[in-house]
Amino acid sequence: MSSFGLSKKNTLGDRLIIGSVIVLALVMIAPVIWVIGLSLKDNSELMANMNSVFHGPYTLANYFHIFGSSSVFRWVLNSVIVSGSVTIGILVLTSLAGYGFARLNFPFRNTIFIIVLLGLAIPEQAVLIARHQIFSEIGLHNTYYALILPGLSAPFGVFLMTQFFRAIPKEYDEAALLDNASRFKIFWKVLLPLTLPAQATLGIFTFLLAWNDYFWPLITATRKEMYTLTVGIASSQTNFAQSEGLGFLMAQAVFASAPILIVYLFFQKYIVTAVSGSAEK
Amino acid sequence: MSDAQSTRAALARNERKGLKTGTANINAPRWRNALFIAPYMVFFVTLLVLPMLWNIWLSLHRADAFSIGRFIGIGNYDRLLNDAIFLKAVWNTFYFVLLSVPPLALIGLGLALALNRQTRTAAALRTFYFSSSVLSVTIVTLIWRIVFIGQFGLLATIYGWFDATPPAFLSDPDLVMIGIAIATVWWCIGLPMMLYLSALQQIPKEIYEAAALDNAGRWRTLRYITLPSIKRTVILVVIIQIVMQFQLFGQAKLMTNGGPNNESLPIVFYIYQMAFTRWDIGLGAAASEVLFVMILIAAMVQFMVSRKKGDAQ
Repeated sequence: MSSFGLSKKNTLGDRLIIGSVIVLALVMIAPVIWVIGLSLKDNSELMANMNSVFHGPYTLANYFHIFGSSSVFRWVLNSVIVSGSVTIGILVLTSLAGYGFARLNFPFRNTIFIIVLLGLAIPEQAVLIARHQIFSEIGLHNTYYALILPGLSAPFGVFLMTQFFRAIPKEYDEAALLDNASRFKIFWKVLLPLTLPAQATLGIFTFLLAWNDYFWPLITATRKEMYTLTVGIASSQTNFAQSEGLGFLMAQAVFASAPILIVYLFFQKYIVTAVSGSAEK
Repeated sequence: MSDAQSTRAALARNERKGLKTGTANINAPRWRNALFIAPYMVFFVTLLVLPMLWNIWLSLHRADAFSIGRFIGIGNYDRLLNDAIFLKAVWNTFYFVLLSVPPLALIGLGLALALNRQTRTAAALRTFYFSSSVLSVTIVTLIWRIVFIGQFGLLATIYGWFDATPPAFLSDPDLVMIGIAIATVWWCIGLPMMLYLSALQQIPKEIYEAAALDNAGRWRTLRYITLPSIKRTVILVVIIQIVMQFQLFGQAKLMTNGGPNNESLPIVFYIYQMAFTRWDIGLGAAASEVLFVMILIAAMVQFMVSRKKGDAQ
């Protein structure tokens, strides 16, 4: 299929279009290559002449240096714990709530659902200050609780899971109801397995957002050992201009980006679904 | 248990509870059904609704790090309106939206049109163009600082080959916002592209077949079929991007720290400074309410647009 129509031929126009998209891609990746190049160079050589990036000798010394002296491992661990917990928590909470809103009746159901939907319009910045005070009050700053719990209040997953449960034909539950199955059993045994694609989509989406969150971890984690990767890498950028460890900084950045890029490549199919799903909102 | 038996058992059970038989009572409202939503609602209420209301309450007080202070009504909002730095931050935010949203909407559309084909190259390029979006703001700003920075930047190195001076995207007051916008477009281009692609894939193929029969060329097909079919998506992309770019924070904090002379200080950064470095909590809360209202307006427009029918979706 050609870009604007249906012609099967690979015309000159098609080739020109793809060609220019590839050229733009090369321009876009140039900064990344630059960063990788710097990460492979000895610092003193970089200080003498930046053009030395374009020729050898290259070295992995900066990467080995990470293993020796960097807090980056602790930050990766923190990010894995926080993003993983938020993801699991969101999946459990929103699956239960999605089933409840889509299939069960209880007093004020529609009113409550509309209030949750209105919650979608609340930007993070409008609750951060008060959240910060709440966590100060209960003395939970610089803990995993403070990093994880706020992420569990996001309404988007409830909206998404409700839509998915609604899309499942009602015959499934009715057959099970006649079999005397309890509501929870129907949810757990009959419907939940049918929502696995939605779980994957919501899960990867939640994980990415939690992994890349910046503002909240910045204000709740003030001790170095509680930094997430995002905040940690930012904190080590401050003495950037001296370029004392330019190559090392770049190696650290490359190392820090690797996990999330690998996750992306593994799960990209679900990311596409998540993105197109959110467009229907 | 056979179907008939189980049906009878279910009916008998309901009768024992003194309920009317039939399917209607299965769907009767019961409080115990709300148990399924209760766990989520605990988090929703304590960490979203209460903080939202608490934030409004704070914005009406002269609050600092230690106490809520005395009630001053709209005093904080009054202070905001008289704070030249806040007004500058509002202006900067609008300016940034103006700089970043049109390229995002247009380049995203171009990429989607070019890559809406079922070849391996196109699939690989789609994956590539979305990949920058999964990086964290810290990595993105690190990459772009090392491109823009005076002495050892990529830009400086390239300009150096021609003995020229590169534009100072990190320090020239007239250029800082453009520099931040360039980094932002690079970071965020994947989402608009994906949103357009999903709209393009929903255009019925029959329309294109009819156009092909009419010998309509590439540009006529684009102008009279493709673009009108995704009109609503274009508007949605623009609004989603306005809402997202309105919340500019990390790039400004990490690339220029708001400088020079507050030229790149957006509203969210102002909120951060007031609330978490100067601990003028009341003022920060008031500024965040102003931002909230602005985003709410955009969200309402988005809601109305997505309600309107007429697109191919």
